[in-house]
Amino acid sequence: MARVVVDVMLKPEILDPQGKAVQGALPRLGFEGISDVRQGKRFELEVDGELTEQRLAEVREIAEKLLSNPVIEDFTVHTDGAGA
Amino acid sequence: MKVGVVTFPGSLDDVDARRAVVLAGHEAVALWHGDHDLRGVDAVILPGGFSYGDYLRCGAISRFSPVMTEVVAAAERGMPVLGICNGFQVLCESHLLPGALIRNNHQKFVCRDQRLRVQNNKTAWTSSYDEGVEITVVLKNGEGSYVADAATLDMLEGEGRVVVRYLDVNPNGSLRDIAGITNERGNVVGLMPHPEHAVEDLCGPGTDGLGFFTSLLAPVG
Repeated sequence: MARVVVDVMLKPEILDPQGKAVQGALPRLGFEGISDVRQGKRFELEVDGELTEQRLAEVREIAEKLLSNPVIEDFTVHTDGAGA
Repeated sequence: MKVGVVTFPGSLDDVDARRAVVLAGHEAVALWHGDHDLRGVDAVILPGGFSYGDYLRCGAISRFSPVMTEVVAAAERGMPVLGICNGFQVLCESHLLPGALIRNNHQKFVCRDQRLRVQNNKTAWTSSYDEGVEITVVLKNGEGSYVADAATLDMLEGEGRVVVRYLDVNPNGSLRDIAGITNERGNVVGLMPHPEHAVEDLCGPGTDGLGFFTSLLAPVG
């Protein structure tokens, strides 16, 4: 079993109102010097069996088809504690 | 005409959409998200609401429901398909329409009587309107900000595929005040405002929305 992580972020040119709201709250909490906040999503996929190149390609397909919307979002796939 | 209205888990406005269909002189047919079956309808409406709780992204999970396989295939054959609000989000996620809907730029849910201009009356759903006519229908959304890249926006404008545009105020940050668009063929239309809530004088801001449903009878073009 292996864990594969997919991070999905809005593309840089897409406005992120949620990130803006988080950033706006920071000075009120006394945190200064944070010039921008972008909010994204993290998916943790538990993959059965050995994590082959083919399985990774499948995860990338999952990320592209379902986990992200390529019109507005970018994704990255990385392994996290593979074999754990 | 037989007009199907799809109910997804979390759809809210399917009943109002069916009522609007009947008021426009059609037969309304309830369609279920889990069926691979359009029950012989001539047109399909994807109603507003929060299908699948807006999990993942609005419309992202509905897009893969069994009925959507049939809707996408029928749309590609030319069947009229109208997506209202959440239905518009489903159409974008299905790639039947370009672009995407993201959270309102001001972060708040908006609910208001919204003035619109009908820019394109050549679609299957807007042929009852005069081109350029101003109408007022209900708008209610949290993630209704229409976005697409500049090339896509230029293409939509250049090909006259912006169907309705916001007037007075831009309620959600939609690029170029776009409230609704159509596909190349003009049979698929998606819009954020709710014409099905403006079909009777008793409730809502009037009957300006009825034209979307009567258009199905009128010849296109």
